[in-house]
Amino acid sequence: MLKSKAIIRLSFLGSIIAWLVLVFSDITVLYSEMKGLPPGVPLWLPRLMLAVFILCLFYYYRYSVDRDEGLNFTDLLWKVFATGLIATVVSLVFRLGASLLGTTKLASNILFTDFIYQINLALFISFLIAAYTSWKRLILYQKSKWLIRTWAVFVVCLFIVLIYDSLQIAIPEPLTTIILVVIGLLVFILSANMRWVAYLNFKQKWTCLLLLLLSFFYLGYFIYTVSKLSESINAQSPSFSGFNSHIFNLCLLSFVIVYSVFSFLVILFNLPTSSVFEQKLEEVVNFQRISQSIQTEQNEESVYNILLESSVSSVFADAAWLEIQSATDGHKLFTFKITERESKDIRDYLRSHNIKGALDQSSDRTKNLSRHLASVKGSRFRSLVAFPITVKGETIGTLALLKELPEGFNKEMTRIVSTFANQAGISIENFRLMEEAFQTERYKEELKIAKTVQKSLLPTSLESAPDFEISAFAESADEVGGDYYDTLRINDHQVALIIADVSGKGTTAAFHMSQMKGIFHSLAQQELDPKEFMDRANRALMFCLERGSFISATYFVVDSVTKIIRYSRAGHCPVLYFKAREGTTGYLKDKGTALGMVRSKDYCKLVETNEINYAPGDIMVLYTDGITEAKNQRSEEFDYTRLEAALKEVTDKTAEEIEKHIIQRLYEFSGTSEINDDYTSMTIKFK
Amino acid sequence: MVHIKRLQEDNADIISIIGEIDASSSIELDLTIAKSLGEGFKKIIVDCSAMEYISSAGLGVFMSYIEEMKDKNVPLVLFGMKEKVANTFSILGLADLLHICNTKQEAKQLADELSV
Repeated sequence: MLKSKAIIRLSFLGSIIAWLVLVFSDITVLYSEMKGLPPGVPLWLPRLMLAVFILCLFYYYRYSVDRDEGLNFTDLLWKVFATGLIATVVSLVFRLGASLLGTTKLASNILFTDFIYQINLALFISFLIAAYTSWKRLILYQKSKWLIRTWAVFVVCLFIVLIYDSLQIAIPEPLTTIILVVIGLLVFILSANMRWVAYLNFKQKWTCLLLLLLSFFYLGYFIYTVSKLSESINAQSPSFSGFNSHIFNLCLLSFVIVYSVFSFLVILFNLPTSSVFEQKLEEVVNFQRISQSIQTEQNEESVYNILLESSVSSVFADAAWLEIQSATDGHKLFTFKITERESKDIRDYLRSHNIKGALDQSSDRTKNLSRHLASVKGSRFRSLVAFPITVKGETIGTLALLKELPEGFNKEMTRIVSTFANQAGISIENFRLMEEAFQTERYKEELKIAKTVQKSLLPTSLESAPDFEISAFAESADEVGGDYYDTLRINDHQVALIIADVSGKGTTAAFHMSQMKGIFHSLAQQELDPKEFMDRANRALMFCLERGSFISATYFVVDSVTKIIRYSRAGHCPVLYFKAREGTTGYLKDKGTALGMVRSKDYCKLVETNEINYAPGDIMVLYTDGITEAKNQRSEEFDYTRLEAALKEVTDKTAEEIEKHIIQRLYEFSGTSEINDDYTSMTIKFK
Repeated sequence: MVHIKRLQEDNADIISIIGEIDASSSIELDLTIAKSLGEGFKKIIVDCSAMEYISSAGLGVFMSYIEEMKDKNVPLVLFGMKEKVANTFSILGLADLLHICNTKQEAKQLADELSV
């Protein structure tokens, strides 16, 4: 950035110095020639300085205009125009000064004329180079490889001409002609690159025409001034080489003029069609607006509004309405330049005359209904087209466009609007899908919370006693289950254990589980008989559980003094028990109905307390149905037999090892580490 | 997946369950029983012979109608359960609460006795 700025300043400074040297040397040469003296400076100096001046200006504009990416087409033309304006004004000021001097001696002095000529020439050349740089940008807009090469050849040719001009090398005549012809050809080829014109809108085209016209004026003015001045000097000093003898300048001038004329004509002839191009562009923009409305706008309503606006502006409709029929939000009407009453009249008319397919929402085809409108009394409209808006194959609304002219809609227009209507349908569908996805996401989030709650309800540490050890395991699937286990020390010789399974899944299951935990912790402390525990728990849950929900549970009281386990089973999976003395395993299938099944006092008849004596080495495995109902690939269940078998293999191990073994067997059986239910188990080994 | 059929025989509404009753399909069972009660049938018999599996939610459906049926004096009799399904009922302690028979004939007879 700093570098290009430095180049701009340096080149500008260079051009000024070169010009000053040029003026000084040229006047000296002219003076010495007038007086017939040998010149104090070399004769080639003015020419060389002119070349240096041109090169410096070339770099100046190259860095100040060419590299500026922010300029658009009109800006470029404006730059040319502004340069021309300044140059012309400066030139006019000098002309005014000269005319004020009148016919004094100074005014007619050849040296003064030369000075004026040099100023004008410098202004003219800077204007030409400014134009050249801008034209270059316009030509190289949408460049191709071929175009860049052509341009490079053109630049090289110009450079050769410039060197030739400044050094006055003797080049054979035919070669000069060839170069000139090549340059002429290149100018015409390059001037055919007018793609930028298509991107101008109507207003910009007019601006460009005006700017070009004024630029022509400047060109004309300078050509006139410069040639006049050089003529008058030439008249007095025959050896003076005027503007015309400088081929580079002529080449540059012809390039600028040819391209300007081409541009002017192309823009002029493009004027009538620019509205079509603009409209196409607007259609694209509108189309984009509809498709992007979902990301930027927040509701369906804005999609409808955009659809209405875009359709009206694309086909120049005089009025329009959009009728939306939705099951959730009811009937909605969006209107544009038509009263709801008018729209209702037309709709009622069409309905009452049983005109099918007009605004009939079941119609899937767009129909031109103009002929019916003529007979609607008091309506100013003579043309009508209607389009269905479909979401997921279901028509949700109708878009109707109206015109006061008869036969106002052509095929092209209906095609565009139907595309709009389709896109709006897609946008709305996307919007609804997004909404759904959002809901699902929220539900998942809720489940996550429920899962955390459920996890936190399970005990972090279990009771232990000198004569038994407990190990527990709980793993749940993505869905939240309602498995619960817990232990509580009642007194120094009694410990209460519970395992429970809440019916259902999700947040409600987690909620019921927390109720069960509350019940367990409050009732277990009261040293109740297990049957009494269940009865009271049922009474507590009677009014908490919703219809159809229940909790299966087994409650144990282990007494380390009497070595008796008293328990009550309320619909829970039977306990797997290993008797060490006999070396047998079995399920304790006692009577018992799940909590919440019977919501009356009769419940106490449906549960009972059972007793079992335990001895060292005995093992009790509590589990939930997730384990016995776990399925393998052939959808066989793990079942009671496999559970029993798994326990038999490891009866001499510790509680923790037994449990690990059972879980391992379970995973081996199901063949996957992904579980589809809750696996919960509690193993008690007596010592 | 479940398929539920209804058939009327001798003033009894016979509901046949074909397939598995899980959390989602239990809603269908719930609706069917509600409809049957709503239509005023005095005897409801459930054919479980083609029922492969029933989840706790499905059992909850049966339980939720027990009180209502008792009040309306409409007997609910189930029959033809497969061993595995019967096991589910018995573990949850429902065998004592619901009337469960082996054959359709027995079920009809029991329903007649109960509705008197």
